[in-house]
Amino acid sequence: MIPQELLYAKSHEWLKVEGENGTIGITHFAQEQLGDLTFIELPSVGDVLEAGDEFGSIESVKAASEVYMPVACEVTEVNESLEDAPEKANDDPYGEGWLIKVKITGPTDDLLDAAAYQAVTEEDAH
Amino acid sequence: MSNLRITPLTEWHRENGAKLVPFAGFEMPVQYKGIIVEHKHTREKVGVFDISHMGEFLVSGEGAKDALNKIVTQNLDTLAPGKCRYGFLPDEEGGVLDDLIIYCLAEDSYMLVINGSREETDFNWIDCHLPESVNFENVSYETAKIDLQGPLALDVLESVFGREFKQLKYFNFGQAEFEGTQLLISRTGYTGELGYEFYVPSDKALALWEKLVAHEDVEPIGLGARDTLRLEMGYPLYGQDLDTDHNPREGGYSFVLADDAFTDVKEMLIPLKIDGRRSSRHGDKVFLDGKEVGVVTSGSFSPTLGFSIALAYVKADAAEADEFIVKGARADFKAMKSDLPFYKEGTARKKLD
Repeated sequence: MIPQELLYAKSHEWLKVEGENGTIGITHFAQEQLGDLTFIELPSVGDVLEAGDEFGSIESVKAASEVYMPVACEVTEVNESLEDAPEKANDDPYGEGWLIKVKITGPTDDLLDAAAYQAVTEEDAH
Repeated sequence: MSNLRITPLTEWHRENGAKLVPFAGFEMPVQYKGIIVEHKHTREKVGVFDISHMGEFLVSGEGAKDALNKIVTQNLDTLAPGKCRYGFLPDEEGGVLDDLIIYCLAEDSYMLVINGSREETDFNWIDCHLPESVNFENVSYETAKIDLQGPLALDVLESVFGREFKQLKYFNFGQAEFEGTQLLISRTGYTGELGYEFYVPSDKALALWEKLVAHEDVEPIGLGARDTLRLEMGYPLYGQDLDTDHNPREGGYSFVLADDAFTDVKEMLIPLKIDGRRSSRHGDKVFLDGKEVGVVTSGSFSPTLGFSIALAYVKADAAEADEFIVKGARADFKAMKSDLPFYKEGTARKKLD
């Protein structure tokens, strides 16, 4: 369920690293906790953000939550298809439901691997 | 933690993938497959809901009608056996203690269907206001409630019971036999669709539920979709849209009240429409011309309409305005006054003959 090749933040975002380029989304666990998504607010291309910065918000029928940058970066692309179809982040959170693409400008050392993130989800699921 | 009551169906919900949450003092299913897919299934086919958290009281004996007439807004003089009616239980100041449906079972014999969260309050209030000679009984524990709702509900009902039900009109009820006991079935509901509500002895609830969900057009629906379905109709939810701070006229129900009842109107519950998918939420403040005039009581993205809808209490002198600003936690919204129901294609009142 948790892809091995990605890095994770404790706040339930994932980061796929390809050289200096990255793709960021929310995890399966996050979308499952929120339930059916109805709205996703994303940053603009060109925004420069630090690790831990809030970069958008995600709303479901019953809840709303902020999303946080797993790494310092500059936004190079946003998934505009989520504007009318936020449910993609429910159905395929690691694929078609990606949120943004970025140019990575900071270290990724503090992020978790799949096994460590698995432990976080088990704790959060109480 | 585990002071929560369960229903005869809680174990079924757990075994069938429901997400369970505390609601009205019960452990209840909020969703099975997802709120939006369940919502749409109910609008297109048929959903079945466990509503056993709601309470049922019986009031009977000589003088029952006259005694009840003094404490509820329904006029029971015009409610014949076999019919039921929606209304309110007001306190001394006119505030809404609860909203309820009253079923006339026979002359001087009634069933009151009340909100689970209000069971104790309602029981004590009514008990104090009935004369000793009238029998008053809480049958909530031995009564389960199952709702069948959706445009194909009649087909499902007739196939499960093997008899006709199309003669049963909106806000009428009858009896049907199920596994050797009599069930009460009313043509009522909280979704805006053609539908039926079953009052069933608790020990028969699971058998009835399993028969209903076995039908190919039926899916179990959680309280999450029940909430979005009712909000699309503008039906109020007690504790959010109705409370003891507001009377039934303020709650938007002038059309069921006598002209001279509850005339002290300080605020009005109004429907609001917000363009876009982002929704306002319970507790968001409402502004008119820069001044705070009210608060959102219920708000959600509407799965059927594709935009956001809300109910809000606003000051009476602001209630006629067309456009408000709602300040949400994450954004401000332009909110247009709407009319009810938000969703106008519901099949609830469909003629069946």
